[in-house]
Amino acid sequence: MKLSRKVKISSDIPTASMPDIIFMLLIFFMVTTVLREYSGLDVELPKAKRIQKLKSKRHTAHIWVSKQGQISIEDKLVRSDNIRHIMYTKRAADPQLTVSIKADKAARMGLISDIHTELRKADALMLNYSSKTAID
Amino acid sequence: MAKRRFKGGEIPTASMADIAFLLLIFFLVTTTIDMDKGLGIVLPAEGEELEIKKINILNCLINSQGNILLGGEPIAIKDVNREVRRRLAENDKLIISVKAHEKTKYGDYVAVIDQLKRANATRISIADTD
Repeated sequence: MKLSRKVKISSDIPTASMPDIIFMLLIFFMVTTVLREYSGLDVELPKAKRIQKLKSKRHTAHIWVSKQGQISIEDKLVRSDNIRHIMYTKRAADPQLTVSIKADKAARMGLISDIHTELRKADALMLNYSSKTAID
Repeated sequence: MAKRRFKGGEIPTASMADIAFLLLIFFLVTTTIDMDKGLGIVLPAEGEELEIKKINILNCLINSQGNILLGGEPIAIKDVNREVRRRLAENDKLIISVKAHEKTKYGDYVAVIDQLKRANATRISIADTD
């Protein structure tokens, strides 16, 4: 007896479009990735509860302030009276600039106050005191 | 005579998926999801000094040891929130002026700002250190 198989169901998962799907994911991650630009100084951030997220990494400039009173912008140690020039250039290039201060919790307020004054002179008024989430 | 010179010029694409996977994993690993977080504050513009009625100002002084003087009275850090909230209920025009000593630790200052933010104080003024 001869039975002719009429229905032949393919049991394979079609993998021909898999590279396309993966490439799409790849391009998504490539576009969204912002590589860490600067390593900064070694700081222990203060803790706070009412914290906000920074709007965008692209519109953020970081200032690191260490325990010893060193100030670092873009991995270069700067004196506090030079912040004005650096920040003025950055502010002119990006009006939405937010300055994120990553200061050690043992840093002195005298120095932070100097930075405030410099930032006011550079017209970079949006600040963010970088801190960790406090849990009590 | 059969010419069998043309052997088909195909690029092997079987491993393309693997290569793409590898790149995908690389970008997955290097992507930093954790956004920077912190206390947002807006500084006043240069030369923008206003005369404010004394009754609308609440001075908050922090000394070098991290002790706080709120409106002339010493207060513990955890009570600042409640006290400021109470005073804001009395006077909603209240501006809290935070003034720290030169040698105050930044951590103490951030703790005070955090307390003020938790009391929903929107008008926070930062005075220069002495």
